[in-house]
Amino acid sequence: MALPIYASRLERLWYYTRLVICGLIFLFLVSPILIVMPLSFNAEPYFTFTEKMLAFDPEGYSLRWYDLLLTQPSVPNDVPRDAAWWAQVWSQAVWVNAAKNSIIIGFFSTILATVLGTIAALGLSRPEMPYRKAIMAILISPMIVPIIITATGLFFFYSASGLAGSYLGVIMAHATLGIPFVIITVTATLSGFDQSLTRAAASLGAPPTTTFFKVTMPLILPGVISGALFAFVTSFDEVVVVLFVAAHDQQTIPRQMWNGIREQISPAILSVATILVIVSIALLTTVELLRRRSDRLRGVTNS
Amino acid sequence: MADMTSNGAAGAGLTTADGRPLKAALARAQSKSRQRAFLLVAPLLLFIVVTFIVPIGQMLHRSIFNDGFAANMPRITAWFEATEPGTPPDEAAWEALALDFKAAAEARTVGVVGTRVNYELPGTRSLFTSTGRASRNFEPPYREAFLEEDAKWEDPAVWGAMRVVSDSYSLNFFLAAVDRTRDAEGRIVKVAPDRAVYVDLFIKTFVMAALITVICLIMAYPVAHLLATLPLKWSNLLMILVLLPFWTSLLVRTTSWMVLLQQQGVVNNVLVALGVIGEDGRIAMMYNQTGTIIAMTHILLPFMILPLYSVMRPIPPSYVRAARSLGASSWTAFRRVYLPQTLPGIGAGSLLVFILAVGYYITPALVGGASGQLISNLIAFHMQDSLNWSMAAALAAILLVLVLLLYWLYDRLVGIDNLKLG
Repeated sequence: MALPIYASRLERLWYYTRLVICGLIFLFLVSPILIVMPLSFNAEPYFTFTEKMLAFDPEGYSLRWYDLLLTQPSVPNDVPRDAAWWAQVWSQAVWVNAAKNSIIIGFFSTILATVLGTIAALGLSRPEMPYRKAIMAILISPMIVPIIITATGLFFFYSASGLAGSYLGVIMAHATLGIPFVIITVTATLSGFDQSLTRAAASLGAPPTTTFFKVTMPLILPGVISGALFAFVTSFDEVVVVLFVAAHDQQTIPRQMWNGIREQISPAILSVATILVIVSIALLTTVELLRRRSDRLRGVTNS
Repeated sequence: MADMTSNGAAGAGLTTADGRPLKAALARAQSKSRQRAFLLVAPLLLFIVVTFIVPIGQMLHRSIFNDGFAANMPRITAWFEATEPGTPPDEAAWEALALDFKAAAEARTVGVVGTRVNYELPGTRSLFTSTGRASRNFEPPYREAFLEEDAKWEDPAVWGAMRVVSDSYSLNFFLAAVDRTRDAEGRIVKVAPDRAVYVDLFIKTFVMAALITVICLIMAYPVAHLLATLPLKWSNLLMILVLLPFWTSLLVRTTSWMVLLQQQGVVNNVLVALGVIGEDGRIAMMYNQTGTIIAMTHILLPFMILPLYSVMRPIPPSYVRAARSLGASSWTAFRRVYLPQTLPGIGAGSLLVFILAVGYYITPALVGGASGQLISNLIAFHMQDSLNWSMAAALAAILLVLVLLLYWLYDRLVGIDNLKLG
């Protein structure tokens, strides 16, 4: 909003003050995320900038906390880093195993949430859907109900049904938490969907499945993918349910971080945090590009 | 109205090509398409019912059901069922109790029983565990054997508490969750002030959530306004600064606040370097309420900015200009023209932030210290440390009802369909 030409001096002052305030709020929003990056290269085990770091002395920086992520309890540190060492890292390093678990759980829960969520969103966006509002409210509720309540309920349910400590249990729980995001994004995409396209396909003799895969699917795909990314991030970031229902050896990245923060916080946490920030930047970029593509496909033009 | 009835009368006479009445055919086709739509939703609905509704139902059941006593002490439970409340224990009761104690000591469940009675009558757990150890050598007459072990067994309060817990269904956990208990005559009274923690914590949770909501609103309003009035090219760029925290892992953001706010952390170092505070005047911003409020405000701020932005974006700037041209001062134009148009966004964002803040667990647990804990943390404490699961379930049930009320309000005022992400 440009400053109008008739603005008084007081208004001018307020206008610039407001810009400064907004700038400070943006700083508040991003600085915590950006501050961990340089600190993760700290050569010392401190959580603050050392004098060497402030002087941009190369000695003040190191990759030791990233290296720590690859070490394993059973192997001494001076072993040569050959193929066997890397193989052992892959199978034994605590953080690598946590990453593997997180990705396995995230992948399957995303698939489950996206498939079920997309099919349901197709039904929900039909005008003839009965009890639409009530059902929608139920499907969105896992996002609203406090996570501790969900985790408590799942703890009782899983210990009674024998799912506690299994991958299936965690995957189902994470899929439940991701489903509201899929529903919201896909129904939002479908709300701009031109229903006459499916009628045209039907009038040309296409059975419903062909119509879905050839006409509907390509148009709503960006929404589906953003929903899937939301579901993946939800699972990838989830710690409370894992703490309550997973087995002790089912470490995930957030759980490992949680333990690290509660027990003894070391800069190794910051190196993990930096990696996660980079991952989230990549995901954000993907979602943003998909959103623009979806808007273009649906013919929505931004003013 | 007249038109519609005449149409209906005409419609009754029409038939489809194969001779069925048009109305019936239409109704059939519509019910078929309704069924088809429902079938698409059915698998997910079933999934959510199994993995979400049923577990929460089980939790609610747990809040009124605890068979820690009845399952392990069947004989004395049967005696309690057969007799009137207030009946003094006869020798049959003492025998049943002794046999139950022997069986429980054998199965190593005396601790469970003692814990259950202890919830009802604090300070009785040790009575049960010590009697459990001694019960192997009990011989008739059992009354004397019990009294020899501990004279407390003659206390009617102990028998009263056992009678209460012998019924597996009880609302006493809810009473305890609102700091109430039953006195000897069964009346509901307040617990002693030093044991009353839950109501205060509920109030504190709501006050903190409200405070965080207000701070979020104050910070989000100018930012959303700026984003809504900038040209789209710039606002999309700045929007990334809002969405990046939204997408970043919660634990990462909490960790970085811990790094920033520590006594030896970045913020304190900067303040010392600027000379605002002295080396020994470092502010404690972590492990207390301040830390919780700062970190939660940061985490929930995007949930306030995004709804505000989506409401502010379509407001034409000409309204405010028109108000100014009619002689309104810029403050009046804002207050009487712009602000009312953004009320739906304020409502949507505030409710969403409040709902999310009330149930927050991770951030208070990590940065809250002792004073920054919310009700969720107490639920987790009862689940993991004190193992009083029924108490945890009762607290969770109360929190759930409050959150669902807010959710219902959100649906009425904003509509769930209008929930948008990014």
